[in-house]
Amino acid sequence: MSTTLAGRRDAGRERPAAGTDASGFDVQTIRADFPILRRRVHGRPLVYLDNAATTQKPQAVLDALTRYYTETNANVHRGVHHLSEIATIGYDGARSKVRAFFNAASDREIVFTRNATESINLVAHAFARPALAAGDEVLISAMEHHSNIVPWQLACADRGARLRVAPIDDRGGLILDQFERLLSERTRLVAVTHMSNALGTVNPVAEIVRLAHARDVPVLVDGSQAAYHMPVDVQALGVDFYAATGHKLYGPTGIGVLYGREALLERMPPFLGGGDMIASVTFEKSTWNELPYKFEAGTPHIEGAIGLGAALDYISGVGLDAISRHEADLLAYGTRMLESMPGVRLVGTAPHKASILSFVMEHIHPHDIGTIVDREGVAIRTGHHCAQPVMDRFGVPATARASLAMYNTREELDALGAALRKVHEVLG
Amino acid sequence: MSNLNELYQEVILDHNKRPRNFRTIEPATHRADGYNPLCGDRLSLYLTVDGGRISDVAFQGSGCAISKASASLMTDAVKGQSLADARGLFERFHRMVTTPPDQPVEDMGKLLVLAGVREFPVRVKCASLAWHTLKAALDRQPEVSTE
Repeated sequence: MSTTLAGRRDAGRERPAAGTDASGFDVQTIRADFPILRRRVHGRPLVYLDNAATTQKPQAVLDALTRYYTETNANVHRGVHHLSEIATIGYDGARSKVRAFFNAASDREIVFTRNATESINLVAHAFARPALAAGDEVLISAMEHHSNIVPWQLACADRGARLRVAPIDDRGGLILDQFERLLSERTRLVAVTHMSNALGTVNPVAEIVRLAHARDVPVLVDGSQAAYHMPVDVQALGVDFYAATGHKLYGPTGIGVLYGREALLERMPPFLGGGDMIASVTFEKSTWNELPYKFEAGTPHIEGAIGLGAALDYISGVGLDAISRHEADLLAYGTRMLESMPGVRLVGTAPHKASILSFVMEHIHPHDIGTIVDREGVAIRTGHHCAQPVMDRFGVPATARASLAMYNTREELDALGAALRKVHEVLG
Repeated sequence: MSNLNELYQEVILDHNKRPRNFRTIEPATHRADGYNPLCGDRLSLYLTVDGGRISDVAFQGSGCAISKASASLMTDAVKGQSLADARGLFERFHRMVTTPPDQPVEDMGKLLVLAGVREFPVRVKCASLAWHTLKAALDRQPEVSTE
């Protein structure tokens, strides 16, 4: 098998100009912005298909981090000196970029956290726990990442409340009428993912919000996976909370975002206590700073926020509509390729999905797949993807997962295909 | 590629495809379950210990080629051994797979095929799972995890 799917498909047809796909998306120019994509792994060009775990960073982000430390490093919201002023402008300016990126109504609704996990924990601690009484319910879906399960288990256990789970079908789609049936008088919060990290399923968030709000139930959406694949408008979706993480948005690790509707954030108690989150402190009583600082205790991840701001600028420059079209083309191409390979079965084939190719190979454990394709320079994830209930639902211990980002190409998927044939060769 | 061939040697591929002693023992005098949360490998180990000697040993479970072959090779290796010898073999195996890849290892006969995992640090746990489970069974710990 030396001909690639691309070769067969395009035979006898006019090929698009090198580096430009059918939609005119210039992927080679984008690739040139990501220095790590030039490196080799085990003597082969790196084929990075583990984007659902973390994405690579464009030069613009690396430059922003270097510039911050070489030119402006200072603490924020404290000093009257020049550097502190510039650092504060950079940090809060990044917040405005996040606000614009998610179309929130106000910067007061954007809280910087460490990651999406911390964003969800903030809501579990400061919103859910006070709202939950014995017998109340939190409703999640069966496709959640552990980060959108465990915080609710902890909150429920603490309050004597119950975690309910809306089921998914055999293709990995949420069963919406069963979800609706599980919305009860005792439901105090719905927490669902926008897009499954293990299956690629994109949930009908606006519809979920409509059903929940009809019963006055607020909705938290875990946007870790969705935010770098498709435009997200928190006001149009109507969500009450939206969690995202910087390192999947082509930004640095250690910086996350929580969007919360101002009215809800306003009446929530603080999450962590310390400096910056207070208005005044005496030994008898402290009062809280205004939004969003009430939720940002201690010196924040200043360069992380600034790096994230640079990443969002980069994404917006390319355009999320163009990115999602490009990735949809790759997803379709990769799906056809994997479906045509003997012994390969895709896990997660919902009609509405994005950028994730989760699969298993007959008689071959995903861990062996991962090791062998790695030696071909192809980086994929193998394991349970921090979604063990999803693995149980599909009756597999683990899957192999190739996940896409804006800089991936059809040629890289061909390289994955060749590496998978190697797996067959080695393990026969 | 040479490293890959060292990892997936014929003996390992053979034991992966046709694992020896792949069954249960009911009732067993000793048993333990092993779990590697990183890759979801699970195995149950069953022993019949008779007069201080392992007269029968078997395993069941699902896992990658390395963990399955390692479990299969281990059951062959410890069958008939005294408990003291089996514990000694655990120690020697553990030493072999944790020796840096550029240093020589003791000749452990058939088990030497698993020395190739040293080039693949994340796979050492796959090779060790069955052995840790054996130790747990002998120490009478019902469940062991390699994380």
